Amino acid sequence: MVETKKLALTGAEAVANAMRQIAPDVVAAYPITPQTPIVEYFSKFVADGLVDTELIPVESEHSAMSAVVGAAAAGARAMTATSANGLALMHEIVYIAASLRLPIVMPVVNRALSGPINIHCDHSDTMAERDSGWVQFFVENAQEAYDLTLIGLKLAEHPDVQLPVMVNQDGFIISHGVEPVELLPDDMVRSFVGEREPVYSLLDVENPVTFGPLDLYDYYFEHKRQQIAAMEKVFEVFPKVVEEFEKISGRRYACVEAYRLDDAEHVMVALGSTCGTIKDVVDELREEGKKVGLLKLWMFRPFPKEQVQRYLYGRKSVVVLDRSASFGAEAPLYAEIKSALYESPTKPLIGSYIYGLGGREILPRHIRQAFEAAINGDLLADGQGYLGLRE
Amino acid sequence: MQRTISKLLEIRWHGRAGQGAKSAAQILAEAALAEGMYVQAFPEYGAERSGAPMRAFNKISPRYIRSHSPVLNPDVVLVLDDTLLGVIPVTDGMKEDSVLIVNTSRSVDWVKNKTGFSGKICIVRATDIAFEETGRGMPNTSMLGALVKVTGTVSLETVEQNIQGTLEGKIPAKVLEGNLRALRRGFEEVTCGG
Repeated sequence: MVETKKLALTGAEAVANAMRQIAPDVVAAYPITPQTPIVEYFSKFVADGLVDTELIPVESEHSAMSAVVGAAAAGARAMTATSANGLALMHEIVYIAASLRLPIVMPVVNRALSGPINIHCDHSDTMAERDSGWVQFFVENAQEAYDLTLIGLKLAEHPDVQLPVMVNQDGFIISHGVEPVELLPDDMVRSFVGEREPVYSLLDVENPVTFGPLDLYDYYFEHKRQQIAAMEKVFEVFPKVVEEFEKISGRRYACVEAYRLDDAEHVMVALGSTCGTIKDVVDELREEGKKVGLLKLWMFRPFPKEQVQRYLYGRKSVVVLDRSASFGAEAPLYAEIKSALYESPTKPLIGSYIYGLGGREILPRHIRQAFEAAINGDLLADGQGYLGLRE
Repeated sequence: MQRTISKLLEIRWHGRAGQGAKSAAQILAEAALAEGMYVQAFPEYGAERSGAPMRAFNKISPRYIRSHSPVLNPDVVLVLDDTLLGVIPVTDGMKEDSVLIVNTSRSVDWVKNKTGFSGKICIVRATDIAFEETGRGMPNTSMLGALVKVTGTVSLETVEQNIQGTLEGKIPAKVLEGNLRALRRGFEEVTCGG
C-alpha cells in the first residue's frame, strides 16, 4: 500500500485517468453529454503522448461499440464510454459484446433517456441494458468510479469470466462534480491490470476461430447457458480481485456495502450517488434513536442475491429507492429486492419509491420521508411511492 | 499550509455562462483541499449557451463530505454579474448570517434595495479590475479574492499557488500575472456593509 496524494477531480477526470493508466490498445468513442469530458480528457492524454492508445473517433455509438467489439475480438484491450441515448444506440452491439465474451470495460455516465429530451441524471439508460449480459457496477462517488474501473477491467479479463463490464456513475452529480480522489501510481495500476491474455484471438492465425457465426436452434441455447454460467463465475472471481485491490489501495469493495446495519430494523436499499446523502440521513436518524441503515449495491448485475438476503433477512422493513421506472411494472431494483425476499423466514414490510428522474433533486427530507414511512409501518408491498414529485 | 474550519461551509455562485464561475469554484475546492479540508465543487447546467444564467456550488468541510444533495441554504452567495439581481432569485435560502458578495460598481445600498437582503453585503468592482489587469472582463479571479478576504476559509497564497499551478504554460505569462493581480485586488478592494 502506498501513500497517495488527494487530488480535486471530477468523476469524469478520475475515470479518464483510470483509462490512461490501463492504457487500452484501442478506444473508440462518440461524444454525448454528460460522458463528453471522459473522452475529452482521454483524447488529450493521447494527444500529449501520455498513453499510446489507438483512439478512433467514430460517427456514432453503434460504430463505437462495433469498433471496440472488433478490436477486442482481435485480442486487443478495448474500451469506450457513453451515456443515455448513446447507450441506447449501442444496444444491439452491447448484446453482441457480451455474447462474444469480450472483456470490454465501459464507463457509463447515467442520464435520462429521451423523451422529452433531458441531459440530467437517472438510471433509465443502464437499466435498459440490465439483461444484456454485462456486469453492472454503480458508484457513490468519484473515488469509487476510478477504483471500480480498475477492478472491472481485471474482473472482465479473468479467464473464468470473460465478460464486459459497465461502470455506472451518476451524470453531472459525479461526472462533473469535483471531489477528493486518490489515484494510484501508474506503475502500480499497470502491474495490477497486467496484459490482456485473450482466450481466443482473430489475429492468432495458428489457431483460427470463427466469431459471430449463425447459431440456430442447434446450439444457440447452449451458448446462452454458458453466458449464464459465466455470470455465476463473477461471484467466485470478484472477491479475489477486490482483495488484491485492497492490498494495493487500502480500499475495500464487495458486491454490497452495509452501512450501520448491525442492529438496524429498517433498511433502505439504493444505488449510486444518492447513497452518500442517505448515509448522512441514517446518521441523523440514529442520533434520534431510530434503528435505520443502508444497503448500497455496488454490483447490480449479476444480482448479488445471497448478500442481499444475508443483510435483509430478519429486518422489520425494507424500503427501496429506484432512479428509474419500469412502466406498468415494479421498478428495477425493487423487483429484484422483493424477489430476493421471497424465501425470507420472516417477511419484512417492503416498499418502493421512485426518485430523481431527469435529474430531479433528491434532498435529505425526501430520504427521511421514506424512512419515516418504513418506521411507521406505512409501506405497501404492491404500491409505488414517489419522492420529490409534484402531484 | 494546513488549516481547518469548524463546520461545513456552503457556497453558491451565480453568474452567466462564460464568466468563469465553474472554474473559480474548482480553484477554491483545490485550494481548500491543499490546506487539508474536504471539498466538493459542482456546476449546475441548464441550457448550455454563453451568457445564460448558471450556478455553481462549493461545500468545504472539516469532515469527508458524503452527501450529494444540492446547496439549499448557502453561507455565502457570490453574484458575478449585477444584471442578474432582480432577475434571478439570488438570495433564495440565505440565512440571517449568510453573506452576499456582488460584482458591481454600484453601492451596498443599491444591492440591498435590488435584493431585499438584510444581512451582510459585500461589493467589489470585479469586472473593472479584470479589464484593468487582464484586458478581459472575466470577473472570476477578483471575486475569488473577495471571497477569500470575506470568509478567510483559505489563504490567498494557496489560491495563488493553485492558479499558478493550474494555468502556468496554458495561458500567456502576462495573462496569468494579470489574473494573479486581479485576485489580489479583489482581496484588497472588497468592501462590506449592511
